[in-house]
Amino acid sequence: MREDKVVEKVLMKGNEALAEGALAAGCRYFFGYPITPQNELPAYLAKRLPENGGVFLQAESEIGAINMVFGAASTGERVMTSSSGPGISLKQEGISYIAGSEVPCVIVNIMRGGPGLGGIQPSQADYFQATRGGGHGDYRTLVLAPASVQELYDLTILAFDLADKYQNPSMVLGDGVLGQMMEPVLLKPAPKTELPEKTWAVRGKGSGEAKLITSLYLEPECLEVHNLKLSRKYESMAGEARWEEYLTEDAELILVAYGTMARVVKGAVRRARELGLKVGLVRPITLYPFPEEPLLKLGKQATAFLCVEMSMGQMVDDVKIAVAGRAPVFFYGRAGGIFPTTAKLVEEIEKAMAEAQEARK
Amino acid sequence: MKVAARPKCLTQQQFSYCPGCTHGIGTRLVAEALDELGVIENTVGVLAVGCSVMLYKFIDCDFIQAPHGRAPAVATGVKRALPQQTVFAYQGDGDLAAIGTAEIVHAAARGEKITIFFVNNAIYGMTGGQMAPTTVEGQVTTTTPTGRDPALAGYPIQMAEMLATLEGSAYIARVALNNPKNVRQAKRAVQRAFEVQQAGLGFSLVELISTCPTNWGAKPVEALSLIEEQMLPTYPLGEFKLPEGMKAVVR
Repeated sequence: MREDKVVEKVLMKGNEALAEGALAAGCRYFFGYPITPQNELPAYLAKRLPENGGVFLQAESEIGAINMVFGAASTGERVMTSSSGPGISLKQEGISYIAGSEVPCVIVNIMRGGPGLGGIQPSQADYFQATRGGGHGDYRTLVLAPASVQELYDLTILAFDLADKYQNPSMVLGDGVLGQMMEPVLLKPAPKTELPEKTWAVRGKGSGEAKLITSLYLEPECLEVHNLKLSRKYESMAGEARWEEYLTEDAELILVAYGTMARVVKGAVRRARELGLKVGLVRPITLYPFPEEPLLKLGKQATAFLCVEMSMGQMVDDVKIAVAGRAPVFFYGRAGGIFPTTAKLVEEIEKAMAEAQEARK
Repeated sequence: MKVAARPKCLTQQQFSYCPGCTHGIGTRLVAEALDELGVIENTVGVLAVGCSVMLYKFIDCDFIQAPHGRAPAVATGVKRALPQQTVFAYQGDGDLAAIGTAEIVHAAARGEKITIFFVNNAIYGMTGGQMAPTTVEGQVTTTTPTGRDPALAGYPIQMAEMLATLEGSAYIARVALNNPKNVRQAKRAVQRAFEVQQAGLGFSLVELISTCPTNWGAKPVEALSLIEEQMLPTYPLGEFKLPEGMKAVVR
């Protein structure tokens, strides 16, 4: 007898898998503006959203798009926008207002190289912008960093759930490689998650009290109370930290990498193991909250850490904070869209191990 | 016969606008229209930045406070998610005609079924009297201390006329709040703008020519005359775009 087909495995482009994840999560509103390398995502949703009773709207600018997100998400609906570095910079004003007003939504950044117009090749140069808030004022966004097409689907669903859970914007931080590559994906239905009711949503007051969604607190005491509330909320997100450990059990050198770079590093770890080097990998899946726990724990066992990024060194700061001086933290990065070869990474691994040994003499 | 009463949807909060400022009249006209159309329970308002942000204290409906200039984009998001509800924004001249030009032009071009109230008092009020995009030629402000010189600071923008050229605009009017006749016309225009939204005809906007006695350095009554003498030559009143078959009420 034929089995009921409940889960479909299909070959898909990363940007499209992300879009399917959004649909599975119940997102019915998308507002965006064209920018490479994320164009497949809006194009796909322009077709799929109307088929699912939703609205796709191309805005006049990234600024327009994020504010449309602000409006639609304020009604309690699940809403998304996507862009890449230069566009995400333009969205920051809106993201700050959305975070300050405590409205959930999902923002996708398929990173390209910068600064300025930079290039259109993959990059991880927006780590600081994503994990430090990015716009003005004192706020944070939840940041998820997929490393496969499957994770683009799964983590997009999670991004919506976390956004609703914390009434906060969350960001899916991918890169041009992930967005463009094809891999098989299981289009699993979104998990049923218990989430708070959206009593804050503005939909017309009806017979109830009028509601106000705002980030304006003119009285110093009121603003501080608001800042303290936000700060406690960000602290409470610590439990959402997610990561993957690979061959870390007996590792002397721990590599730290996320997204596409983590895939390259995994290959280098395997190669180094073949050479008899005790190395492992910690791959942060959430970048905010940053998975400090495994790094702190491994800081007691490892002689050194090596952070590898497609940037000139941004996540390395968080690795240093997490390791808290227990072991030296080295960095290796490439930029402009260039990936290091496995051989080059093995060379960096050997160099880091030698330097760590030298330091201990 | 009762000829005037406090609109039902106005809260008990006392207006905090400066003495002689016509924001109070604009606020009341919006409240009256919402009452008369019976839509207050199904209305979402979008607040801009500047003096107009205070509106949420006075009108008893749901509100979202938007970033400077972005109210039409926020209103677009609300209306797309809640097409049956009445959605309006209340913006000043710096908000709508300077920092928010892209948002207003494209909301109109898309024919968004939202209503915008554009309070034009030719100056930045909340920040202390700087030149606005609508500051008239020769007008003294803190950033045009010898008067606005077009050679240096450009010309005032006539937003109503500009937006009326767009296909998506269904109703565009300019009214003034300086005398009873003009206020009566303004009342009708405000009501019409909401009706055009309810009928799903497209984008609607009413520009309300207003005073700012504080930053104009004028007494309240003088400020009312200054509208007539200084502003109306640059900003003529009228309905620049009307749905087919609708007769003009603003002259």
